[in-house]
Order: sequence, then structure tokens, then C-alpha cells
Amino acid sequence: MSGNDFAQIAAYLGVLLFLVKPLGQYIAQVYDGRWNWAPERWMYRLAGVDAHATMTWGGYARAFLLFNALGLVAVYALLRLQHLLPWNPQGFAAVEPHTAFNIAVSFATNTNWQNYAGEATLSYFTQVAGLTVQNFISAASGMAVLAALARGLASRNTTQIGNFWVDLVRSTLYVLLPLAVVLTLLLVSQGVIQNLDPYVPVADSRQVLPMGPAASQVAIKQLGTNGGGFFNVNSAHPLENPTPLSNFAQVLAILLIPATLCYTFGRMVNDTRQGWALLAAMLILFVPLLFVTVVAEQGNMEGKEVRFGTANSALWAVATTAASNGSVNAMHDSFTPIGGLVPMFLMQLGEVVFGGAGSGLYGMIVFAIIAVFLAGLMVGRTPEYLGKKIEAFEMKMASIAILVPPLCVLVGTAIAVVTPMGLSGLQDRGAHGFSEILYAFSSMGNNNGSAFAGYGANNPLVNFTGGIAMLLARYWVALPVLAIAGSLSQKKIAPAGPGTLPTHTPLFVVLLAGSVLIVGALAFIPALALGPIVEALR
Amino acid sequence: MTLVAIRMILVLSLLTGVFYPLGMTGLAQVLFPRQANGSRIIDGGRVMGSDWIGQQFDDPNYFWSRLSATAPFPYNAASSSGSNYGPLNPDLRKAMEARRAALLAADPGNSLPVPIDLLTASGSGLDPHISPEAAAYQARRVARLRGLTAARLQEMIARHTRPRQLGFLGEPVVNVVLLNRELDRP
Repeated sequence: MSGNDFAQIAAYLGVLLFLVKPLGQYIAQVYDGRWNWAPERWMYRLAGVDAHATMTWGGYARAFLLFNALGLVAVYALLRLQHLLPWNPQGFAAVEPHTAFNIAVSFATNTNWQNYAGEATLSYFTQVAGLTVQNFISAASGMAVLAALARGLASRNTTQIGNFWVDLVRSTLYVLLPLAVVLTLLLVSQGVIQNLDPYVPVADSRQVLPMGPAASQVAIKQLGTNGGGFFNVNSAHPLENPTPLSNFAQVLAILLIPATLCYTFGRMVNDTRQGWALLAAMLILFVPLLFVTVVAEQGNMEGKEVRFGTANSALWAVATTAASNGSVNAMHDSFTPIGGLVPMFLMQLGEVVFGGAGSGLYGMIVFAIIAVFLAGLMVGRTPEYLGKKIEAFEMKMASIAILVPPLCVLVGTAIAVVTPMGLSGLQDRGAHGFSEILYAFSSMGNNNGSAFAGYGANNPLVNFTGGIAMLLARYWVALPVLAIAGSLSQKKIAPAGPGTLPTHTPLFVVLLAGSVLIVGALAFIPALALGPIVEALR
Repeated sequence: MTLVAIRMILVLSLLTGVFYPLGMTGLAQVLFPRQANGSRIIDGGRVMGSDWIGQQFDDPNYFWSRLSATAPFPYNAASSSGSNYGPLNPDLRKAMEARRAALLAADPGNSLPVPIDLLTASGSGLDPHISPEAAAYQARRVARLRGLTAARLQEMIARHTRPRQLGFLGEPVVNVVLLNRELDRP
């Protein structure tokens, strides 16, 4: 590893951590209602929302589910009807039903798995009105659920955990949109395209230059941990990510909101040390895995761009799979066995090491509940988290939330490897072929979206199984989390006593990271042994 | 609640799916028109390519780009793709050996080690760059076939070489498309 590689990684982590407190504080103020522009009130009036009403966890969950379901239907309709809609200069046809189902689920669930090539499939209208919109609202939905959970932990003796519509609008209007505007302009200045022109043929050549409103979508795909690219090869495409500076800005945007929300959470529960502890647990898993990948990829330029080199490609791969982003700037399928194992394992950890916007942190808080429970078992005390007693109901919900994603991954992989259609898209045979399938379902079953792209997954079986996995992984984590929020909000906050396990200490950080690691390892080491580990031993 | 949800989808779609992308397109076209339209290379009113999109050069008197895995022809900008060969895939070795042989056949007696980026396909299949080492490796061949002095060619390469951005970001690169265009300039 060269000094320059090290400098880039140090700069990355330095800038990221520098931004956590100021931005985190701002977001906490946003959820607190301290910002209140006229456009916010106009939006409530247009949608018919009573911004002062509050919801129980059940009402909050119904609004969240209904809104996401309608979004899914809207994207499906746009895909099926794009040949009749405007802004389709290339004349792309309607998307096949099974492909459209997978895309709609994928974008509604913040997964952004791509079973299609954007520049050869989707009209500009579908890209902006379907996918760009989902990039905003699926991220804002995840952030809203986190805000509800934080309120549930901070309040006492109430059944009310906030108003979904208010959290949704505030996340979009005050957090995602301003950041996306700034990032879009930075990206365009570097050479990312932003226009509505038809594709441009090159004189005396077979080459045709693709065009389109890419920068506005790329900005929010990174900030909202979505990851769905404008072009087939995502941010490896020179018109989607032309310079090392555009690369730095994008990979920073990948972890920005997931890292920042840790501080926001600390503010919302009135103890910022709790937020820093959660962030520390994420970092002690992230940093070692990052260095493993950077070292493993040295000298491997297959599937990588010269302007980024191996260090930036490895940094991106680890950031995008630690977060549930899934965008790529290099082809993960061509990584070395160890270099490819790390991204796969980070997804399998349940997308809680940073994870998705909001969803990563609420997943991590579920693990914190598991960790205090484990500690409680060791010393024989009723576990508490932030002064709230953790009892049978919370543990049931937490268990569902941590077990559903591995179940989706392993069952999906098993179905694909025993069916001819599941195997039909494989480019590589043997251990690497198994890795390709395991990666695909790890990605969909944890709402990540990146791929070992040699696996041609656009067939009815994978589209359908993967679509179900994405739905379960998103909503069967979010719903138990809202149930926990609703149950905890009704409890009193017990003052910390001499027997209370403090949850902001290095001891707890290690216990928490260990819990994440053990659950992930127990579920996935056998499967990993059949794929990347066999390859690495060859 | 269903009605609220429908109206909320419409309101947010208008904001993030119409106002935002159109506003950004307008701003981008005013502030950075060349970049926003794909950094097109224009010559006599005709679009000859983009600064950022690599092209295939087969003739040995040009610098060669990296391998491209796009279908159905290399550097098909309308269908970006990597090879996605797994690290142990025998086809990957074959492609690298074939490329090494082609480079040696075009420049017999070149005993420099072949830089790795010349033997591998990029992630996008559209990489416009090669490393400075890859340009140096090919410089002797191009100078000989074009009857250029080494110093003159070195100057041209230097003009199309970009150092690390801000001094430390990314890797130094040579833009093959722009360099080859300069070779053809009378």
C-alpha cells in the first residue's frame, strides 16, 4: 500500500468524521421542527396532511407501508407505459412485467438492484419521475422510521411516536434535497452530464454518445444510499463519474448520511455519547475490512478504471457495501477472492455497519438491544437500553429483525442453485459461480443493490425470488423496529443505577461490534466457505 | 389515509421528479454547458467524440486504449460493460496473453514490462485513459512508425497527461483519445 493510497483513505475518513457533528446537529433540529419554511406548509396543504396530529406505531407503520406500496405501483406503471410517455428520445419500449416488478420493488425498498442496463432500457421520464423520485422518498422513509425509533426511546408514558408525513417531508425538503443540489452542481462541474438531448452519434464511427439527466440522479443515488446507476456500469462510467474529485465526492456522499445520523440519534435521545458509541462500533468493523480489501486488490486492474486506480476502487467497494448503497466504480465480479469476500460479508452483516439512510442505524440499534440482552444474561439482570427495560416483546421483535435478512439470502441462494433458470445466467462455473449467486441474494436480501455482474439475473425466477427477498428484508425489519418504538415509548425511563450497563463505553462498543460479527459469521461462514474461501485457497 | 398517501406521492414526485431534475438541468446548462452536454470534441461542426469516452484504436501508429468488453463491438458507448471475468476465469488469462502477444507483434523487441492496465479491460469498457507507464511503453512504437523524435512525442504525451487531482486524489492518467487526435494534426 503506497503512501498516496494511505493519504486518500485518511482524507476520506477525516472529512467524513469532520462532517458528522455539524450535519448531525442540523438534522436533529430538522426533526425537532426548528426549521419551518413556507414550502413545507404548502406541501402539507397540497397533500391534505394535518401536521400537528401524531401517530401510534400502528398508524405510523400503516402510513409508511401504504406510501411505499403506492410508490412501488407508480414505478411499475411508469416502466410498463414508458413507450407512451414523454422524454423518450431513444424510443425505448415498455419494460417486461417480471423485470418491471423487480425494478419497482428494488427502488421502493432502497435496494436499487439493477437487472437492466439504464442507457439501453429506460426513458429519461422513467429515470427522473420514477427512479429519481424513489431515490428521495425511499431514503426519506428510512430516515423517518429512525426518527420514530429515536422518539420512542426518548419519550415516556406515551403511545405516540410522531407523524410519518411530517418526518418524510422534512427529511426530503431540508436534508436530502439541499445536499443533492450542491452535489449535482459539483458533479456537473467535473463532467457528469445533465441534459435532455437525444444520444449523439460520433462522426466517422460506430460510436454513439449516451446523454440524459444523469447528475441529478447520481447525486441522490449516493446521498440516499440507493445506488442505482444512470448507466449500466454505474459510477465506473466516465460520464457518471469522470474524475478523482467526482469520485471522492460520491464515495463521501455514500457514508455521509448513515454516519451523520448516529450523531442525530444521540441528540434526539439527549445523550450524544450514545451516538458516538454506535458510530465507533461501525468504524471498528469498517476500517480493518477496508484495509484488507485495499491490500487484496493491489495490482488487479481488471474491471477497474485507470483514473481511480485500485485503492479508490477498493475504498468504494467497501463503503458501498458497508452502507446499503450498492453503486460501484469498479466491477466487483473481477475482484480477487478476498477482495470480493469483504463486500459480500459486509452486506451479510445485515447492512448495519453504516447501512442505509436511517435503516442502517435502526438496524444497529436492534443489535444494541441484542447486545444489552446478551450482557443481561451474563450477569442475570433485566437488560436496559437508554433507561428502557428490554423485555420479551422487544426481544421477539429484535430477533425477527435480525433473522429475516439471512433467511432471505440463504433461501434465495438455495432456490437459485437448484433450478435450471437460476443457474442459466452464470458466467463462471464452480466456486466463483456460487459466489455470483450468493452475492446476488446477499445484495437483494439486505437491500444493498451491488452485484457480481457476470451473473445475468434478468429472468423471471431471479426477478421474482429476489423481489420477494427485497420486500421481506425491508419491511420485516422496519415493522418490528416501529413496534419496538411503540412499545418503548410507553415505558418509563429508569435512572441509571450501579448495576446498569453503560452503553457509551468502549466495553459496550466491542460487545456491540462482536454481536454483529457473531450473528453474521454464524449465518454465513458455511456459505462463504463454498464460494470465495474455496477460490482464495486455490 | 389512502387519499393523503396518493396526494403526497404526487406532491413529492412534482418536487423531486420534475422541479429538481429540470431545475438542475437549467442550472447546469447555464453554469457548465460543455460538461453538462458530455464534453464533446467538436471539429468543423462535427462531433468527433467526448473527452471522457474512450475509443478503439487498432492501427499500431496510434496509442492503443485499454481492452474493452462492451458488446457487440469494443468501446460501444451506448452499452457500457466490464468483462466481469472472475479472478480465476481461464478466459481472463487468455485475453491477457492475447493482448500481450499483440503488443509484442506490433513492436518486436520491446523489452519493457507491459503495464497491467494495457492487459486488462476497464470496468466501464469506455475508459479514455491509460497510465503514464502504458503511454511510455507504446511511445517507442508510435515514434518509429510516425517518424517522430522521442522528445517531440514526449512533449505531446505530457500535454495530455493529468497528474493526481489536488495532488493526491486518484492516479495520473494519459488521455488516449486526445493524444491520438493530436498525432493526426498536421
